[in-house]
Amino acid sequence: MADIYLDNNATTACDAKVVEAMLPYFLEQFGNPSSMHSFGSGVGRALSKARKQVQALLGAEHDSEIIFTSCGTESDNTAILSALKCFPNRKEIITTAVEHPAVLALCTQLEKEGYTIHRLAVDGKGRLDLDEYKKLLTPNVAIVSVMWANNETGTLFPVLEMAELAHAADIQFHTDAVQAVGKVPIDLKNSNIDMLSVSGHKLHAPKGIGVLYLKRGVRFRPLFRGGHQERGRRAGTENAASVIGLGQACELAQEHIECENVQVKALRDRLEQGILAQVPNCFVTGDADHRLPNTCNIAFEYIEGESILMLLNKQGIAASSGSACTSGSLEPSHVMRAMGIPYTAAHGTIRFSLSRYNTQAEIDRVVAAVPPIIADLRKMSPYWGENGPVEEPGKAFAPVYA
Amino acid sequence: MWDYSEKVKEHFYNPRNVGALPDANGVGDVGSLNCGDALRLSIKVNPETEVIEAATFQTFGCGSAIASSSALTEIIKGLPLDEALKVSNQDIADYLDGLPPEKMHCSVMGREALQAAVANYRGVEWKDDHEEGALICKCFAVDAVMIEETIRANNLRTVQDVAHYTKAGGGCAACHEGIEEVLTRVLAEQGITFDPEAVSKVDQPEPLPIAATIKPAGKLTTVQRIHRIEQIIDSIRPNLRMDGGDCELVEVDGNIIYVNMVGACAGCGMAAMTIGGIQQRLMEELGEFIRVIPAEHMQHPHPNPLPRGEGAQRAPVEQRRAAHG
Repeated sequence: MADIYLDNNATTACDAKVVEAMLPYFLEQFGNPSSMHSFGSGVGRALSKARKQVQALLGAEHDSEIIFTSCGTESDNTAILSALKCFPNRKEIITTAVEHPAVLALCTQLEKEGYTIHRLAVDGKGRLDLDEYKKLLTPNVAIVSVMWANNETGTLFPVLEMAELAHAADIQFHTDAVQAVGKVPIDLKNSNIDMLSVSGHKLHAPKGIGVLYLKRGVRFRPLFRGGHQERGRRAGTENAASVIGLGQACELAQEHIECENVQVKALRDRLEQGILAQVPNCFVTGDADHRLPNTCNIAFEYIEGESILMLLNKQGIAASSGSACTSGSLEPSHVMRAMGIPYTAAHGTIRFSLSRYNTQAEIDRVVAAVPPIIADLRKMSPYWGENGPVEEPGKAFAPVYA
Repeated sequence: MWDYSEKVKEHFYNPRNVGALPDANGVGDVGSLNCGDALRLSIKVNPETEVIEAATFQTFGCGSAIASSSALTEIIKGLPLDEALKVSNQDIADYLDGLPPEKMHCSVMGREALQAAVANYRGVEWKDDHEEGALICKCFAVDAVMIEETIRANNLRTVQDVAHYTKAGGGCAACHEGIEEVLTRVLAEQGITFDPEAVSKVDQPEPLPIAATIKPAGKLTTVQRIHRIEQIIDSIRPNLRMDGGDCELVEVDGNIIYVNMVGACAGCGMAAMTIGGIQQRLMEELGEFIRVIPAEHMQHPHPNPLPRGEGAQRAPVEQRRAAHG
């Protein structure tokens, strides 16, 4: 039996059509698009086409608003550092407590360098408090950076509304949309979003390619200086084959956006309901009513996520976990902690993230595989009795040096 | 995915001795729920012989926590209590053919559970002094707490000092930024600003008393050489005593130096690294290649001891680099 891949929020398989579109640009059309000969000009035309394909998926007004970068992280760093350069007197940044490390770790570093970072809190379902946000929109803020969708829970944030509020306060607004692009309809020309990050490998393009959308007229300072590539906004010879692959992937994403929201969503719901119906003491984390159609994050209480992943992996099922042990850190996922999920559940969170390549047969296999794995691990847990959690688990087992 | 050994996987997939032990007379609960690992070890000790007749575990933990717990129960079953207490976390890791550095704390947890269970059996209170910080150095598995304490105890000022005293940062060097952050924080407590360009105290030509009394390397008589080894070890001992440990010279056999690690050093998870540090220091001071081995291995000398008299300055480059950061 083939392995089942349910970790598409981590990365996706390249679509065969994407690979096909890229292949000529390694052996035959290898020229530098900046060159004045036929080896280069064909590549230049292919890059223009790709830029238009990305523009179409994002609903950008101009294709010159698309800047190709190396990845989502580069796009995020470029956006935030640009705003700080543009507005040297503004020393505050607004973000959320549940951002991806590509934004959070940068903010932590900036904090050490003297900036004030406002990390918007979330409630138990991972939702932001817009009143708290409004109060922070002062002239001291250089940029707001809020993710479109959370990578762990899939929870969607009201970025359109938040961008409007930032715009009214004359503050640049950036969104890390790496999880949302291709799953949520996006129409940037009719929004107040100034900058937006895309990552190719999250939507069936290769790794090592990303996009920073930069609305025309928004003040900008490049991260890299050098050649004139990307109109001087991101120097460095174009990663031509990958740019072309990303263009193709964006076109495919646009064709499949309904599939993501109907078929993929139906499979996700089948998986989730199947597991919840059979496994006691587990629950969905995040805002179940407002989330990505492909993502389902379930907390299995009283057991640890890495063990679950290893047993799933043994049966050829790939997923991911918010437990500390899977990352080698001492704390469970910052997203789970921000939502106030108890440690006994946060360490047992498993994220299943689907793609359009998953089938119902695969989902049914996973629904059958999960309950016995959870039951077996609970047999080993000091918090678990014969048929359920021990009475007052916190008292029955309270290890030294907690 | 972690690079777990086959033995770790095998113990994870088929854990031995799982569950509660109904007639246990010693139970140890240890762990840190924050970091996702907790372990209950139950032992049944024969009061006549003080032999552990049965041992089981329950754990809220990852793959390596389950494997470490399973290994621990297998190791201690049938051992007299005093023997069992000598089991170190390194023994547990070795039994499993090694653990990734991020997972060594699982084996430490196993050893602590054992101490707690034995204390429970003996009716004494077990106090844990183990505090765990974020892992800074992945090459040598050194965490922030260990680095902080060593900086305070030894008035360290530079990354090189930290590498010399803890080994942290002595490998791939990728964690030097992290070590500088710890230094900045700890020195700030004392009102000192961290100076990245300060000269390491280990590089300073500190006139050691040993150097003054005995001529450096070369033609020492056997008596002089042993005397010198003793002096070098004596100069290291105050540092060990600060951590509640100690080290005694037992025997010198050519280029093999046998020592006894006592006090807190005995069975300490860091003992192997401490011995590595002593060995490095001895090599530097003596100017010859030597090997430091715990005295308990004296009956089983290393299968391939280096030929005697192998020249000075032949310490492997990696080891020298490690010690100098």
